[in-house]
Amino acid sequence: MSAIVLEGVSKRFADHAASDQIDLVIPDGKFTVLVGPSGCGKTTLLRLIAGLEDVDEGRLLIDGVDMAHTAPVARGLAMVFQSYALYPHMSVRGNLGFALMVKGTPKAEIAQRVERVAKMLDLDKLLDRKPAALSGGQRQRVAIGRALVREPKAFLFDEPLSNLDASLRTQMRFEIRRLQQELGITAVYVTHDQGEAMTMADNIVVLRAGRIEQVGAPLEVYRRPVNRFVAGFIGSPQMNFLNGRHAERYGAATIGIRPEHLAVAAGGALPCVVRTIEHLGSEALIHAELGGGGKLIARVSENLQVAVGQDIAFNADPECVHRFGADGNVIP
Amino acid sequence: MQRTRLSSAARRTLTWVLALAIAAPLLWALLASFKSELEAIASPPSFLVFDWTLENYRSVLANGDYLHSLRNSLIIAGGSSLLVMALAVPAAWAMAFAPTRHTRGILLWMLSTKMLPAVGVLIPIFLFYRDWGLLDTQLGVILLLTAGNLPIAVWMLYANFNEVPGEILEAARMDGASIVQEVLRVLAPMALPGLASSFFLIFTLAWNESFWSLNLTTTDAAPLTAFVAAFSNPEGLFWAKLSAASMLSIAPVLVIGWLCQRQLVRGLTFGAVK
Repeated sequence: MSAIVLEGVSKRFADHAASDQIDLVIPDGKFTVLVGPSGCGKTTLLRLIAGLEDVDEGRLLIDGVDMAHTAPVARGLAMVFQSYALYPHMSVRGNLGFALMVKGTPKAEIAQRVERVAKMLDLDKLLDRKPAALSGGQRQRVAIGRALVREPKAFLFDEPLSNLDASLRTQMRFEIRRLQQELGITAVYVTHDQGEAMTMADNIVVLRAGRIEQVGAPLEVYRRPVNRFVAGFIGSPQMNFLNGRHAERYGAATIGIRPEHLAVAAGGALPCVVRTIEHLGSEALIHAELGGGGKLIARVSENLQVAVGQDIAFNADPECVHRFGADGNVIP
Repeated sequence: MQRTRLSSAARRTLTWVLALAIAAPLLWALLASFKSELEAIASPPSFLVFDWTLENYRSVLANGDYLHSLRNSLIIAGGSSLLVMALAVPAAWAMAFAPTRHTRGILLWMLSTKMLPAVGVLIPIFLFYRDWGLLDTQLGVILLLTAGNLPIAVWMLYANFNEVPGEILEAARMDGASIVQEVLRVLAPMALPGLASSFFLIFTLAWNESFWSLNLTTTDAAPLTAFVAAFSNPEGLFWAKLSAASMLSIAPVLVIGWLCQRQLVRGLTFGAVK
């Protein structure tokens, strides 16, 4: 259980800055999610923390000690890889106990700690199987177990759920979160899926092109994005962005309205034609074309009777309209 | 259905014809080793109808040099192969898992040494070896064969290690494995087919190597290749005895190859067949 602090951390590959002067505090015992589109440098940042990449510049404090140039093992962190990276020639027991074995832990203690973790993750009946004989979800649990056995200062997750099918992914999200809360351990989690970030995080870090765009609690980032990039990246379906006269009415270069903040209103300020309707059961998404060009997505009740091709008009809740300047930053 | 059966029969026939063509000289030598010297050079030759005899084997073994040469071959081929692997595994590991922008160049440069005709450096190496006292020593041949076979082993292992996901080695590093533990406990078991086939190839090449062993050894360190060559001597060419000596020379490699053929096939087709 430890806080991790990054001060001016930079990493370059050839002439491309994968991490550019990153300042970040990963609080003790919290679940921090690094999120961003592919190529934004989130995995590099995680690997810098892990020690799998060398920090070019800056300080990396774990428990207050600068470990920017310390070997991975001495940092006391455990990592769960995207491909699980299990040792294919070892049984589940061997995989779980490997870290303790190379450390020279007495056999009896290894056995005891492996059993305990296996029980915690419901792996106790699979201990003698090889990874090839496990399902995706079971492999994932072994990968997590391997990290747990070491009793690390913090967990690092590199897109651990991206190889699982949708239903298992939702279940594993919950399990990882539950485990982290039960153990009260610091976790850093990388994903490109903003939904995963929203549902799992105590703290979201949005990255773009090697820089941090915004740090905050999920709802704070959702409700008060600092720029157009964050506003567009967090939230699904994406925020609607409108330019031109719609924006001018609010004194901005661009305005952003989330789909749930559009209300159907006869004679509303945003007249459209319905193009597609997505029924989600609990609600419906209307994809509409704005008069004068542009597209809108609105989240409405399933009770609303609309048909494709029908004229419709929306009003935006003025409290919930995000205003952005020409530089893309939010206008307070 | 009819067509597939036909084409599979044709393919099988072709495979057999090719395999026989490749093995023909070997089979011919095998037959000759059971003939008398006269029958061995008879024209037209006899195939299976002749006086089968073990006389050649008896005489080759009675000669006494066979065991001495066998011992030298084992020491030279085994020693140089082990040395090659000890150097090639870390080299290939570094190239596969910690590549730099020079890695490709180094690989090609290493291979380029194989394009040098050995005879081109025979005189300088002979002179060096004479001055250093390495002529007709097992160590001398081992060092040369190690240098000669190292590029092949590095290439094979490099290709092999490239198939091993780097994340697994990183996981081992996160788990606290030292580099030696990472290589021995994680990489080696995963790359075992590749390691085995590389070792076997290098071992066979060293076993069959004759240029350097004929030129740099005389008696003390003479391996089986020199032993076989000795049957063509100033008194004439003894086909039948030469064949028997050849058979006795290749027997050990044949046995090893047969024992590890499963690993070998997996290793040589690694990556091609998943």
